[in-house]
Amino acid sequence: MTAVLENSAAPDATPEVGAVPSFDVTLRIRRFNPEASEAAAYWEEFTVTAYGTDRVLDAMHKIKWEVDGSLTFRRSCAHGICGSDAMRINGRNRLACKALLKDLDPSKPITIEPIKGLPVVKDLVVDMEPFFASYREIMPFLITSGNAPSAERLQSAEQRERYDDTTKCILCAACTSACPVFWNDGQYFGPAAIVNAHRFIFDSRDEGAEQRLEILNDKEGVWRCRTVFNCTEACPRGIEVTKAIQEVKRAMITRAF
Amino acid sequence: MSDTTTAPELAAPRAPRNRRSTRTNYELYGWLFMRASGVLLLVLIFGHLYMNLMVGDGINAIDFAFVGGKWSSPLWQTWDLLMLWLAMIHGTNGVRTIINDYAERSGTRVVLKSALYLAFTITVVLGTLVIFTFDPCPVGADPELLASICFP
Repeated sequence: MTAVLENSAAPDATPEVGAVPSFDVTLRIRRFNPEASEAAAYWEEFTVTAYGTDRVLDAMHKIKWEVDGSLTFRRSCAHGICGSDAMRINGRNRLACKALLKDLDPSKPITIEPIKGLPVVKDLVVDMEPFFASYREIMPFLITSGNAPSAERLQSAEQRERYDDTTKCILCAACTSACPVFWNDGQYFGPAAIVNAHRFIFDSRDEGAEQRLEILNDKEGVWRCRTVFNCTEACPRGIEVTKAIQEVKRAMITRAF
Repeated sequence: MSDTTTAPELAAPRAPRNRRSTRTNYELYGWLFMRASGVLLLVLIFGHLYMNLMVGDGINAIDFAFVGGKWSSPLWQTWDLLMLWLAMIHGTNGVRTIINDYAERSGTRVVLKSALYLAFTITVVLGTLVIFTFDPCPVGADPELLASICFP
């Protein structure tokens, strides 16, 4: 914090009491313009003044709004719920709207890249279609039989607790694009699809577990998981992703024997 | 003559391909086998090492006669056969998954896996043949080449 205070103190002026300290931070961003004559990715550095309360997303906004309007990235709610702005920040997948600059050592340039394993469309925007294709394939909706009840489908607190962790997923793709098996050829279903299958497989009201287990029993399904734990580390919602995958594996084995 | 040309249909990069056709329990059994054979191999390999290196004269006792003696007993024949087959299938399956994880093009994958399966077949066939047909004193062999245990 000493460096921060030195930067903020202009000569002959004592900083205002209670003012948020400001500092200069350099963002090293991986850029790609598909419309350039020679479309090739390159690094570009921007230095902006930021405050101690700023997140990476605030610094990127400052660049886009005040320095270079062509910088392209996704963001929607900007508060860690919509899952639009997952990116690789200092080599780890995070949400730009949840990563505080002061936590990332702003004295050194902060590197920002698009998430890996998905085709880059422009700058930090990737084509999420392969990711959502896997998500759709596990049928992420309630499957039941018979007539719909006239009241709610009841569930005990314990039954709800069983799959509580995996309901937290916001589909940001931070886990799937952190998985080295997914990086290879992109055929693996990926942690996010398995987490969302887990959410329904272990839901007492759902009757589609059999079909979902059958889908994930594919050679590109849960058996490609090498328990690397990158997904668990990357998840901005703190879901125990690897554990969920192992639980699906166990359900498959008990089903087969 | 038509002069309209259409670009060839290209699959989107990294789009999922060819699922549903492969839904068997093959990978499930493969995953289970790795765990079961791993535990069994621990017993087999350390039993083997204990018998060969610790019991009696230890490592100094190992010579042609020692191996010949072991392979005349059905227990050690079965033990070594089990060790050979489990270790080879366990190892080959492990390398197969590594190839699947690291080889990006399907051509590379086919070449590497073919080489792997060829090596597996040669080793297992040769090893099995030796364990079952091993005879320390073949009849009618040149006495110059035979071990001393063949002359009681």
